[in-house]
Formats: sequence, C-alpha cells, structure tokens
Amino acid sequence: MSGIHPVRWIDERVGAGHWARKALKKVFPDHWSFLLGEVALFAFVILLATGVFLTLFYRPDASQVIYDGPYAPLRGQEVSAAYESVMRLSFEVRAGLVMRQIHHWAALVFMASIVVHMLRVFFTGAFRKPREINWLVGIGLLLLALAMGFTGYSLPDDLLSGTGLRIAYSVLISIPFIGPYLAFLFFGGEFPTEGIISRLFVMHVMLFPALIIGAITTHLAILVRQKHAQFKGEGRTETNVVGKALWPSQVFKSVGLLLLIAAILAFMGGLIQINPIWSYGPFDPTTASAPAQPDWYVGWLEGALRLFPPVEFSVFGVTIASTFFPGVVIPGLAFGVMTMWPFIEARLTGDHDVHHLLDNPRDVPGRVALGVGALAFFIVLTLAGGNDVLALTFDLGVESVTNVLRIAIFVVPLLCAGIAYRVAKDLSAQAPGSMLSPPTTGGRR
Amino acid sequence: MNKERAAAASFVVSLISSVGLIAWYFTGGGPRGEGILLGLALGGMGLGVVIWAVFLMHSPTETEERPPLAEDAERATGAPEVTRRTLLVRLLGAAGVALGGGIAVPALSLGPRPGQSLFKTAWTTGARLVDRDGNLVRAADIGLREVLTVFPEGHAGSADSQTLIVKVDPATLDLPEGRDDWTPEGLVAYSKICTHAGCPVGLYRSESHELLCPCHQSTFDVLKGAEPTFGPAARALPQLPLAIDENGYVVAQADFSEPVGPSFWNMT
Repeated sequence: MSGIHPVRWIDERVGAGHWARKALKKVFPDHWSFLLGEVALFAFVILLATGVFLTLFYRPDASQVIYDGPYAPLRGQEVSAAYESVMRLSFEVRAGLVMRQIHHWAALVFMASIVVHMLRVFFTGAFRKPREINWLVGIGLLLLALAMGFTGYSLPDDLLSGTGLRIAYSVLISIPFIGPYLAFLFFGGEFPTEGIISRLFVMHVMLFPALIIGAITTHLAILVRQKHAQFKGEGRTETNVVGKALWPSQVFKSVGLLLLIAAILAFMGGLIQINPIWSYGPFDPTTASAPAQPDWYVGWLEGALRLFPPVEFSVFGVTIASTFFPGVVIPGLAFGVMTMWPFIEARLTGDHDVHHLLDNPRDVPGRVALGVGALAFFIVLTLAGGNDVLALTFDLGVESVTNVLRIAIFVVPLLCAGIAYRVAKDLSAQAPGSMLSPPTTGGRR
Repeated sequence: MNKERAAAASFVVSLISSVGLIAWYFTGGGPRGEGILLGLALGGMGLGVVIWAVFLMHSPTETEERPPLAEDAERATGAPEVTRRTLLVRLLGAAGVALGGGIAVPALSLGPRPGQSLFKTAWTTGARLVDRDGNLVRAADIGLREVLTVFPEGHAGSADSQTLIVKVDPATLDLPEGRDDWTPEGLVAYSKICTHAGCPVGLYRSESHELLCPCHQSTFDVLKGAEPTFGPAARALPQLPLAIDENGYVVAQADFSEPVGPSFWNMT
C-alpha cells in the first residue's frame, strides 16, 4: 500500500494508514446470501447517479401548460409543467428515457433486494442480540425506501400516480380525530392541491435521500463494529469470524457485483418499457384508469384495500371509515410486529444470549412457519391488489376472484405456515447431527 | 479457456461497447442501443473483475478474533458523575419540551385547518349543470341509460363537485325515502367521488344500472340511491337533488346532503 504517492500524501496529512490497513483486513464470511444487502446498496448508488441526472430536467411545478412536444396524441392538451418536463425528458432529451427507465427499474430492484436481505436476516436469526439494533436501523431503511418509492412515483403527475396520491390522501383522512388535519397539513388543503408536487419533490430529492444515506452509514458502521455474523461450520465459533479479507478479493468481488447489477439495470432500462406516462396521460381529478396497478411493493397495501369487507361504523359519534382498518391498522400492525420481532422472539424463547453464529433456518421450525406464513399473507394481498388483472387474465368475474381471495387470505398463510413447519422439522431431523450438534459455545451477555 | 484470457476478453468487450456508446450518443441515440451498449460496457467490466477476483487472486481463508463488545463490568467505572440536582433536571426537562413545541409549531403553516371544506362542495341551490367543457346541460341532452360527468356552472373540472348524471326509466327507481322529487324525468345524479378511497367512479354498466369504481371495484346501484352492492365501499354515493328550470336546463336543488368522497371521523 505504501510507496504509492497519493496514499502517502494523504497518510502524512491525516494519518489514515493504520486505520485503512485494519479496514482492508476486515474478514468477510464467504456466503452468497451475504451479498443481498450489497445488492440493495448498489441499487441505491445507481438510483443516486441516475436520479441526479433526472433532477436536472424535472420541474416540480403543477401549473398548467399546453403540451406541444413530439408525442402527437397529447399535443394541444393541457398538462402540468411537471408532466411536461417528464415528457420532454422522455422524448426530447438524448439518453433521458434510458436514464428514467434505469432509475425506475433500479427502484424496484432496490426494494426487492431490501426485502430479500431482510428475509435472509430473519430466517437465519441474524437479528438476535447484539444485532437487534441493526434490525431497527434496517426497518427504518425499509420505511424510507418505501417513502422514496412513493414520492418518486408521484412526481411525473400522470394519471396513474395521481390516483395513488388520491388513495393515500383518503387513507390519511380516515384516521380518527387527526386524519383530516394530517391530510390537510401534508397536502396543503383538500385533495387535489397545487402545492403537493413541490413538497413531494423536496422529500424525494433531499429529505429522504439524506436520511437514507445517514441510515446506511449507521447500518454499515454497526456492521463493522459488531463484525459479520457467520454460519456454523468448522473452526467457526462465537468468538471469531472466518472468511476472506476485504482486500483484495472482496473489494474486487463487490466492485464486480456493482458493475453487474448496473449492467442488468442498463439492459432493463434500455429494453423494457416501464411507467409509460404518455399512455397514462396527465393527471385529471375526474378520471381514473383501469386496470391501475401500483409498483410491486405497494401491491399488498392496495390488496388490503380491495379485499377488506365494506365495514364502516360509528363509535360514540366517531365514524370509523372503511379504509381505516385495511389502510392504517393492518399495515401498522404488520410493521409493528416486524419492528419488534427481535424482542418478541427473545421474550418467547427466553433466549437473551449473544449470537454471532447463525441458525440454519430448518433448525428453528417455528420461526420458519411464521416467516413463510407472513410471506404468504403478503403474497395473497399482492395478488388481491391485482384482482382486476387476475379476473381479466383468467376470464373470471372480479367478484368471484375477490371472494376467493377473501377466503385465501386466511387459509393460504396458515396452510403455508403448517407445511413449512413440517418440512423444516423433517429436514432438521434428517440432517445428521444438526439438532444434536453441541450448543454453540456459550454466548456472552 | 484460460481464466486470464476470459477476463481480458470481458474488458475488451467493455471497452468496445463504451466506445460504441459514445458513438451512439453522437449519432442520435435511442434507448435500445443505449441500454445494450451501456449494459455490455458495465457487464463486461463487471464480469472481468469477478473472474479476476474469483480465479486469479490468492485469497486464503482467514480467521479474525471477535473481542466482546461490552466493557467488563469492573472496568466500566464511568465518567465523573454530575451531582444530581432535581430542580435543575426538572426545569431543563420542562424547558426542553416547551422548546420542542416552539420549534414544531411552524409545521402547522403547512396546511389550512379543514374547517367546513370537507362538508361542502361548489353545488348551490339553483346551480345549473355544465359538462367538462362548461356547456350547459338540458334535460333533453341526455338519452336513456346515458351517463355524463357534470359540474356546477362556473366550476367545470372541480374535483370535489364532480357528479355523474344518468337517465333511467323513472318507474324502475327505488330511492330512499324523501328523494321522490330529486329525479325529474328519470334524471339521477350522484357524487362521482368514491366513498371508499376517493377515486372517480368512472364506469357505468347500463344494463345492470351499476356504477363501478375502477380503483377497487366498488359497485353502486343507481336505482337504489347508489347503495354499494359489491367491493370495499361501505357508504352510498351522496345524491344530488335535481330539478329542471323554466328553460329546460338541469339545475341542482341544493348541495349534497352529506359529505362527498372518503369518510372521516367527524362527518356525521
């Protein structure tokens, strides 16, 4: 390392040599599933890079202008300046459309990799002491990523995103006592408001990215401090980490991974159309298109709204609106349980020890059952979010699809959880020694 | 193939693609070419780097010790203690809370108080109906089983006043009590905003007299006061009482009798 002049130059001024040498020796356990979080990180890097480009062309302006660009079907129509700027970016700015499409695909991959990374952490018990703290930071990142997705998706001010905003407003307004006040504060008045676009813009390009960068930094700092967890195996104990040093192979592998993810997203952005706002048309408060599908990670929320029975009642004169349970209570409970899971599990099992060795998922059938059941629940809800598309695809009535899904939402998760429990138990029993292996050498508190 | 050659070939593909990408930009561009060339440029480099790391780098498995995170209890003797002064602690706490409130209160400037705005629309007694372009609507303009989106005159396009007017056979109407004189010549009008999540109820199935919301498939029966018949909406669409003035124009008798759109806690 030394001998290279720039490095020396820096070292002589800030004395980073000792620290850098130590950092480069950091040991990474070699397992593919440990790359999932990295995928999310790299998707975020690509989002930042493409996002900066988009920001230079986007106008967060709801005032109405007449579209006179090259897309003939809309010429002469009144659209917002925001919509017009995205149209210009898509049709007139060279490399604009590919950047926009890469950005959108990267957002979908970002969310997906976060979810899969979270599943890995959940099923292997990597959230146990001392990593509950990083689980909490991770939940924060998940929520911020959702907020980023939602605000970004709403910026083009097209018909589809306007519908999403309208539903969000309606759900917000349903909260007893504070709903209308919250909705008016957030939107600046009764929906639709002119000011919302610039608010979403500030959140999307400044507030949330800054918070995400802060949270990622914390997430990684804690990871470095605690060192990686690792799977059980020869020579691996609670008091060591076995793997490859950061420099050089891990650095090269990570850079390679970043480039490969960027490559896949470039192909997708160039070849697969996404969010064609010109075919949705500009936002108009008196029209909605069907079938309207949100981005995949919002599908389960949409599904809850579609599936929940028509229940609206009044308690002591307080109306509980039909969207309150599916739109506020169910997501609130889901995120609440998710957030508190490390503490709930510790309470249930009475296990408050430190764990640096990960579980093989099959060895903890109860956790597998819960995880698979929850996953099935989200998947059924996501399907319900596309009940009209399902009905169209399979040539069924929307009513019958909805009725089937209303039963499936209870049956399928329970069934999946039961099967998962059985399979995990069997696998665990068959695997020689896995259940009988000596309890991992005492965790310290 | 030799691993070093494979990595080299990947880098060459990347290099050529990058040059191609630049050329593509200057000759007019286009998303397909950009995607493919950028993908090859990044992918070639990525593949080469991964081949290099996996096959050509010597990286022995190493073991790093993991010292305990927490300090030993005996060593953690702590920083010099601040003498406990209950009065100061309490006052500082109270001042802190007050300061928090002072800093947070400007957030209320973000929006007006809802006031009556959720209870009222632009419809007033005698307001004439206009279509989206502002043209007045005559009773004779609407054919049987036709549907039209209307607004109060002077408010064409208004989001909270958007209303659907449908013409049906008056004999088939089965409205809630007290609405008998709301439907001159079989003209029935309902708020177009879904009572579930606020989407415009845009679809009319004329053969079954149902209004359907495209967002979550709530279905409303036009003949029965727009009571919901399927889907997640629990409340009927508010009905607009109609009349026909001396010139044959359709007018509203009054505003909707209840709030339009999604429900909220103090609506009743």
